[in-house]
Amino acid sequence: MTAGVAGAVRNKGDELLRLDDVARYFDVSPPWLNRVLERKPRVLLRAVEGVSLAIRRGETLGLVGESGCGKSTVARLIVGLYAPTRGTIRYEGTVLAGEGAAAADGAAQRHARRSMQMIFQDPYASLNPRWRVEDIVAEPIRVQEGDVEQGAVEARVGALLEQVGLAPADGIKYPHQFSGGQRQRISIARALAVNPAFLVCDEPTSALDVSVQAQVLNLMRELQQRLGLTYLFISHNLAVVHHIADRVGVMYLGRIVELAPTRRLFTRPQHPYTRMLLDAVPDLSLTGKSRTAVAGEVPNPLDPPPGCAFHPRCPLANERCRTEVPRLLALAEGGEAACHAAEEGRLPARVVAAA
Amino acid sequence: MPTTQPLLAVENLRVEFPTRRGTLVAVHDVSFAIAPGEVLGVVGESGAGKSLTGSAIIGLLDPPGRIAAGQVVLDGKRIDNLPYEAMRRIRGREIGAIFQDPLTSLNPLYTVGRQIVETIRTHLDMSEAEARARAVALLEEVGIPAAARRIDHYPHQFSGGMRQRVVIALALAAKPRLIIADEPTTALDVSIQAQIIQLLKRLCHDHGTAVLLVTHDMGVIAETADRVAVMYAGRIVEIGPVADVIHRPQHPYTVGLMGSIPSIVDERERLTQIDGSMPRLTAVPPGCPFNPRCPRAFDRCRSERPDLIAAGPTQAACWLHAMVPA
Repeated sequence: MTAGVAGAVRNKGDELLRLDDVARYFDVSPPWLNRVLERKPRVLLRAVEGVSLAIRRGETLGLVGESGCGKSTVARLIVGLYAPTRGTIRYEGTVLAGEGAAAADGAAQRHARRSMQMIFQDPYASLNPRWRVEDIVAEPIRVQEGDVEQGAVEARVGALLEQVGLAPADGIKYPHQFSGGQRQRISIARALAVNPAFLVCDEPTSALDVSVQAQVLNLMRELQQRLGLTYLFISHNLAVVHHIADRVGVMYLGRIVELAPTRRLFTRPQHPYTRMLLDAVPDLSLTGKSRTAVAGEVPNPLDPPPGCAFHPRCPLANERCRTEVPRLLALAEGGEAACHAAEEGRLPARVVAAA
Repeated sequence: MPTTQPLLAVENLRVEFPTRRGTLVAVHDVSFAIAPGEVLGVVGESGAGKSLTGSAIIGLLDPPGRIAAGQVVLDGKRIDNLPYEAMRRIRGREIGAIFQDPLTSLNPLYTVGRQIVETIRTHLDMSEAEARARAVALLEEVGIPAAARRIDHYPHQFSGGMRQRVVIALALAAKPRLIIADEPTTALDVSIQAQIIQLLKRLCHDHGTAVLLVTHDMGVIAETADRVAVMYAGRIVEIGPVADVIHRPQHPYTVGLMGSIPSIVDERERLTQIDGSMPRLTAVPPGCPFNPRCPRAFDRCRSERPDLIAAGPTQAACWLHAMVPA
């Protein structure tokens, strides 16, 4: 694969981003003095533990999981807010982080960084309250392109605001003059300012009301079709991911446990954790019916269980699950799952709750 | 449904916030009743007034917010005008409360046992030992493993889901007949959410406790509530049996709201979207507050405010359902 600005062939379906065995640990040890005096050990939080995935140009990869599963850490690793402890992150074949990053072509790396932008969860926290909207949206242009003529910047900011459904005249206002949904549109306009190819969206609609969420999801889909964007869409809301994603990865305690095309994942989930999550989603068609309650809670990530991290909650766990960490393996149904039961063919047929 | 005397009747409730720039009406002419043992869901977007309605009922409005008109009647007795001390005896004893964030509903400096025992002994005539035995039984009932040991733990030693179980135990401690649950599962992960909803449903069914369930999550309402009230800009725009409101909504706002919820079952290219956003309280339009966003608004909607009108099995505050259109 040729790396670099001019060399890359820009076809829909090409691999855009690749993570190989990426891990990120955080040192959450007690302070040095406590370790010495109280003989407390060093403590490592393995937030992300060996994640491998690829995102193709033009698709939306959804990443779901409960709090603390490492999905936001993956987003931050990809955009370079964290450095990986292990593994490599490649964009269009260029190593961005991890082994080989230092040797990679600097111009290609800069190009890659420029074509990636991030949208954050909280549109109240991610916009500077003291800046006018036009300055917020123009900032990436000024930072990344240096000296651009003021008139040209203004024209581009106006066009960007229009693209996300705001008026160019809104540029002179401050963030507090907008509602949550409008603020998230401003965040999207800012992310689009430098014509990125790839957007990392970390819970972009979780802080919004449902009717506003629908506006933002519709907008994101329109922009994707119009501009050929690629999305990594992170959410804890399975229904939102079902709506927006082409493929979905399910994370549990720092690992991907299942990765499959959206329809396959939602109609024929394989990993017991995915099944459990889907059973736990309230659905409007289930009026008056109870969801299947799930036993147990997510274990302490500082002290994850040995073997498959899900085994204490899994109805199918056996001796192998308690000792050996399952690897992500391709399934006959399509997609991949990290489950010994799936590999050994002892998954029971899933009983779909009939209406 | 409510054939006997309602347990709780809210009549023409109006909550106001006096400000320097005039009075904001946050809850406007809200009326509903809850029968003994019934679960009434109140759903709406942020700022619709659903939480304030709950706070007004238990007398916990933050000043300068105040009940400006209407009344709250619990079991035939008016409770909205009671003195502080009398209201305090009703809170906990007659009406329990569960809030969104279990960490802020529990005192971090006391063990959970002490907090439950204190609540029990405030309201019920029990000795310390009896109250403690009841506290252990309550914790067992809400599904806390090793309750006899866990009772001496502090709130921070529990996970989020377990903490919310403690809060439920606390709300049930004095055997209230009504529980006001304000977003009880919003801070929880989906798998824990299912556990808590089931628990709440089972306990209220077993004890015959009525619930006012305030949430923005239609899914939680769908599986829990008997009836649902949809709020918009401080008013109830639709109220009726939950299956009817969800499957055959009558108010255009409810129709839009239901269409905007993504599902894990059906696949749609676009979600229905209601353009614009809910008006701020300072700028509620005249007539029906939804009229600027309503696809079916006509002249009357812009000038005259609709009250709840019977629309099949539900009631909707919408002129489309008026018998004789003006």
